[in-house]
Amino acid sequence: MTGAQALLESLKKEGVTDFFGYPGGQVLPIYDALYNEKGLNHILTRHEQGAAHAADGYARVSGKVGVCLATSGPGATNLITGIATAYMDSIPIVAITGQVPTTLLGRDSFQEADVTGITQPITKHNYLVKEAADIPRVIKEAFHIARTGRPGPVVVDIAKDAQVNKLDFKYPDKVDLPGYKPTFKGHPRQIKAAAKMISLSKKPLLYIGGGIISAGASAELKEFAEKLNIPITTTMMGLGAFPSNHPLALNMLGMHGTAYANYAVQECDLLLAVGARFDDRVTGHLPTFAPKAKHIHIDVDPAEIGKNVRVDIPIVGDAAQTLKDLLEKIKPEKSKHDAWLAQINEWKKKYPLSYKKDGQLKPQYIIEMINEVTKGDAIICTEVGQHQMWAAQFCQFKNPRTWVSSGGLGTMGYGFPASIGAQVARPDKVVFNIAGDGSIQMNIQELATAVINKLPIKIAVLNNCFLGMVRQWQELIYDRHYSHTNLCANPDLVKIAEAYGAVGIRITKGAEVKKALQESLKVKDRPVLLDFVVTREENVLPFVPPGQALNQMIID
Amino acid sequence: MSRRDRGGEKGKAMKHTISVIVENKPGVLHRVAGLFSRRGFNIESLTVGETEDPKISRMTIVADGDEQTLEQIIKQLYKQIDILKVFDLPKSESVERELALIKVHANEKTRGEITQIVEICQAKIVDVTEEALMIEISAETEKVENLHKMLEKFGIQELVRTGRIALHKGNQN
Ligand SMILES: Cc1ncc(C[n+]2csc(CCOP(=O)(O)OP(=O)(O)O)c2C)c(N)n1
Repeated sequence: MTGAQALLESLKKEGVTDFFGYPGGQVLPIYDALYNEKGLNHILTRHEQGAAHAADGYARVSGKVGVCLATSGPGATNLITGIATAYMDSIPIVAITGQVPTTLLGRDSFQEADVTGITQPITKHNYLVKEAADIPRVIKEAFHIARTGRPGPVVVDIAKDAQVNKLDFKYPDKVDLPGYKPTFKGHPRQIKAAAKMISLSKKPLLYIGGGIISAGASAELKEFAEKLNIPITTTMMGLGAFPSNHPLALNMLGMHGTAYANYAVQECDLLLAVGARFDDRVTGHLPTFAPKAKHIHIDVDPAEIGKNVRVDIPIVGDAAQTLKDLLEKIKPEKSKHDAWLAQINEWKKKYPLSYKKDGQLKPQYIIEMINEVTKGDAIICTEVGQHQMWAAQFCQFKNPRTWVSSGGLGTMGYGFPASIGAQVARPDKVVFNIAGDGSIQMNIQELATAVINKLPIKIAVLNNCFLGMVRQWQELIYDRHYSHTNLCANPDLVKIAEAYGAVGIRITKGAEVKKALQESLKVKDRPVLLDFVVTREENVLPFVPPGQALNQMIID
Repeated sequence: MSRRDRGGEKGKAMKHTISVIVENKPGVLHRVAGLFSRRGFNIESLTVGETEDPKISRMTIVADGDEQTLEQIIKQLYKQIDILKVFDLPKSESVERELALIKVHANEKTRGEITQIVEICQAKIVDVTEEALMIEISAETEKVENLHKMLEKFGIQELVRTGRIALHKGNQN
């Protein structure tokens, strides 16, 4: 069989059913092999960036490895933003790119780009395949590396002649990677020390991140927190890992976190970080972060421990396994931490998330309504900006893998293609993409992909005719100099939706919101774009100004 | 641990010799060099060569940086799939060498003095012309630098150094 056929066989061996791509000269052999392929559903996006984000959204929702495919040169460079987005959020994707034939490599040939060189700092690993016979082994390794340990993107760049040449196909059943051995079990001595520290603590706080979701550790986390009566605050990446309405949930911390979560961080005497990485959007001014607390840090990636803060007890290991091991070593005491939890409840009562209800159409209200009509069962994707933060604050989550948002890279244009991946992975679920009018225009061409594949995604545009988040910073920090953030020349988004064959609905009043949302839920065979014309200069609050301590936030 | 210690501030920069054992695969050098530059570590020298196993190479890197950054770089290096082992080689526990070739101006008047310096420094003259001497030295970095300094006044025409290589003295691996 040819290298291209071997590639498709290998993907099937890895359990791939759907993937996203865009053809071109150096992947023609692969597309030719796809022509008669029945076992793989290839979805043609309208831009390679869309394919990369769709693979990423697919991975976040399904827990499987997402796959995208692009041609050499510009096809491959168009994937870069998507690969970097997946890298920053530790999402397992395998990105396959065509490369010029080996005889033309290194000569600045037509559509040649040094893909392994360009992607080196934004991949967990990458490969340049020059021999057809290497394809099965490389694909096996790529999937293994992408999904194990701390997950991440892997690029496989395949020269055209390797796609064409013949090989005897045999899929390896083991990988041989002597330099790659992720640690799954925490060190018993560290676990014992951590157990003791937790037992002695009076005001412990769990600070959890996306690592809980990638480790599938939600059940272990819930048991741990409930048995030991420890409250939980969540990074944006960790949303969904713990039910938002649980009495122990403090929800999101950090720059736009809840006031009660940030106060709890500053007041706790023990911070137990699990699968989180002390990102600057979380910690605010680092030397004043959690000033009274001892730190325990559990992470599967040893390089995360001690990177941003020094910790008292580091534990390298899988989150689910480590929480289980740790719980076994601690004797739960009834009503322990009651005073601490009472203090937190007081903050919750005094500083709830809120916004001014002044009769205008408020973005926060729309999120509340989305929540209400979907009962917290939808998959929520977002773009990047104010709408993303409001979604993170006001959406109620019940389950992991229902929140899909670009955290580390903060990629505008991510949400819509990611929602395509999400809907392909979960046709049974209602999928929303909560967007700003700026972000949605970054990958709006994917409406064609959603329409032709009959994907009933609901795109809720919180249309403020501004690059709202940047405008907010300009208002609060740059003397209201609204430099190049006014999007007054926006096109008519309803007409755009209709031009693509989607449904478009414009909403201008609060009273119309619920009805429009219910209307959108009835559409099952195409996307619906809801253009919510919201108040223009609403701010996301609370807000911890950059360089400030978490308790120095602006609340209203 | 004092509260100020928790993070955010940079510590004092120090010179380190780091050994990196890698699989002999394309792109590995790029990966290692890229990691150093991205994390703000200045590479002073980097040597690569095969080990006793031809599938495996050893890189010896001399770099400048504070302890915390060094720890981060070692961890980041470890994460790379093609990297098998990484360790810091403390001077007291290892043998270090560096080779240099120095071409220095020499005439009838200075040749004798230069030869003396070369002898004292346990270096070697490897080529002679009418206006120059080429000198080879294999020694610890400080000694190479010392010889360089001693020869400077005669006028150095050209100089090349291999960069440091080092091995742990005991049975570490
Ligand atoms: C690709 C990209 N370019 C620029 C930015 C910087 N940026 C962050 S938020 C934002 C404004 C987003 O505007 P919009 O999508 O309308 O959302 P809003 O903040 O108004 O809700 C910009 C420009 C970014 N995050 N990503």
